[in-house]
Amino acid sequence: MNRPTLRTAAPVLLLALLPLAACGDDDTGAGTTDGELSGSITVAAAASLTETFEDLAEQFEAEHDGVEVDLVFDSSGTLADQAAEGAPGDVLATADLRSMERAADAQAEEPVVFATNDLVLVAPADNPAGVTGLDSLDDPDVTYVICVETAPCGGLSAEALADAGVEREPASLEPDVKATLSRVVEDEADAGLVYRTDALAAGDDVQTFDLPERLTTEYPITLLDQSRNTAVAQAFIDFVLSSAGAEVFAAAGFGTP
Amino acid sequence: MTARSPLGRAPALLWVPALVAVVFLVVPLVALVVATPWASFIDDLRTPEVRAALWLSLRTSLATVVACALVGTPLAWVLARVEFRGRGLVRALVTVPLVLPPVVAGVALLAALGRSGLLGAPLRDATGLTLPYTTAAVVLAHTFVALPFYVISVEGALRSAGEAFDEAAAVLGATRWHTFRRVTLPLALPGVVAGGVLAWARSLGEFGATVTFAGNYPGTTQTMPSRIYAVYLDDPAAARTLAMILLLASVGVLLLLRNRWLTPGAAA
Repeated sequence: MNRPTLRTAAPVLLLALLPLAACGDDDTGAGTTDGELSGSITVAAAASLTETFEDLAEQFEAEHDGVEVDLVFDSSGTLADQAAEGAPGDVLATADLRSMERAADAQAEEPVVFATNDLVLVAPADNPAGVTGLDSLDDPDVTYVICVETAPCGGLSAEALADAGVEREPASLEPDVKATLSRVVEDEADAGLVYRTDALAAGDDVQTFDLPERLTTEYPITLLDQSRNTAVAQAFIDFVLSSAGAEVFAAAGFGTP
Repeated sequence: MTARSPLGRAPALLWVPALVAVVFLVVPLVALVVATPWASFIDDLRTPEVRAALWLSLRTSLATVVACALVGTPLAWVLARVEFRGRGLVRALVTVPLVLPPVVAGVALLAALGRSGLLGAPLRDATGLTLPYTTAAVVLAHTFVALPFYVISVEGALRSAGEAFDEAAAVLGATRWHTFRRVTLPLALPGVVAGGVLAWARSLGEFGATVTFAGNYPGTTQTMPSRIYAVYLDDPAAARTLAMILLLASVGVLLLLRNRWLTPGAAA
């Protein structure tokens, strides 16, 4: 081997070693030592869990020194597909059972339902169109929006409209529940169908109307096959299912399963 | 083998990164082709939702090119030919949407033209008209993001064509409008076409500003990218088929324009 070849090869070799070095770090920091939890985990959670999971992760980290919880929020289907394709992560929590089903191959255990959420009708703070309930949506002067049927909230919304016999079409099918809420908060729509937790988070920006019939989605959580720190991941799941977790969910407007 | 260049062999430091760039750009597209469920391709293409989305994308992208040509060509001419105070500022302002994330563009459009927006609210009070959730809103969103591409391209062409021929026409007694129509514009035509294609491509792929400002409803505001995203939430395999349709349409146009785009030098 002559010098120039070695010189050009050296950086490449270094690059090749980098991932190995990273792995080594991970392993030493993971798992349990004498019952003490340590290391970091990644939790992938539905967008509607943003506030509650941030709160829970903070409490969990405060209880366990040296433990770090990284949170990833996205639409349930996207997260489930990523988990099924082996994306790094330890815990998956989705906003409906159907999305969770898509990650069936990556589940290390049977998913457990930890919270539920109701669909509600919201109108802007000053309710410009005088919306009073689902019946108002048939009024030609009322512009309303719902989630697209391929999103969890969309399937539930279509059910609500069918149950109430609403015949007028929505003005737009928003890609997720936060977009639907924004339309109403920004007064670009007179009404929208969102989850109770979203309506609660919007506070005084919206008026909320219960639906005549309760329509509920269930939130399941599971440990993932690809988890490299199952001790901490399992402890986090237990914490979500604990009474402390239930308190956080109840405060945000979630129901108990 | 091509003849050895007097400049010597291309250095590995240049052609290796160049190869990496090509692989990087081509591999995802090849993966898309491989991952497309071709067996159901024709059936997927035939669903009413996909046909509606394709038709809407076609109409709105062409309308966007027309809108860009109508207001963008004069703007490019003004920026290239007229000396005025603040020209640099105007050029900087009109190119801002180039670097703006599309969703932000949508939010900005809502703030201006939404039903409770700066201009949208008075418009609604005066006429009862609202823009969001209409096909017109789709074209507005597309034009907002595509216009800077068009203006930059045409302005560049006007500048490189130079003012000498304009001056010759003026000396021969042509009015400035006549000069623009018969001399300036024909000379800049390749740039105008290139700008039009850029604007069309930008419009065809636009998603963020459209879904934020115009919304998403089959037939009126659901373009192909919006359809792809909505389908992807539920069924990524079906979304790949739709993405393939869009890819084929774009490649088709590139092939039609291959003389201009795939031969070096012809674009200028």
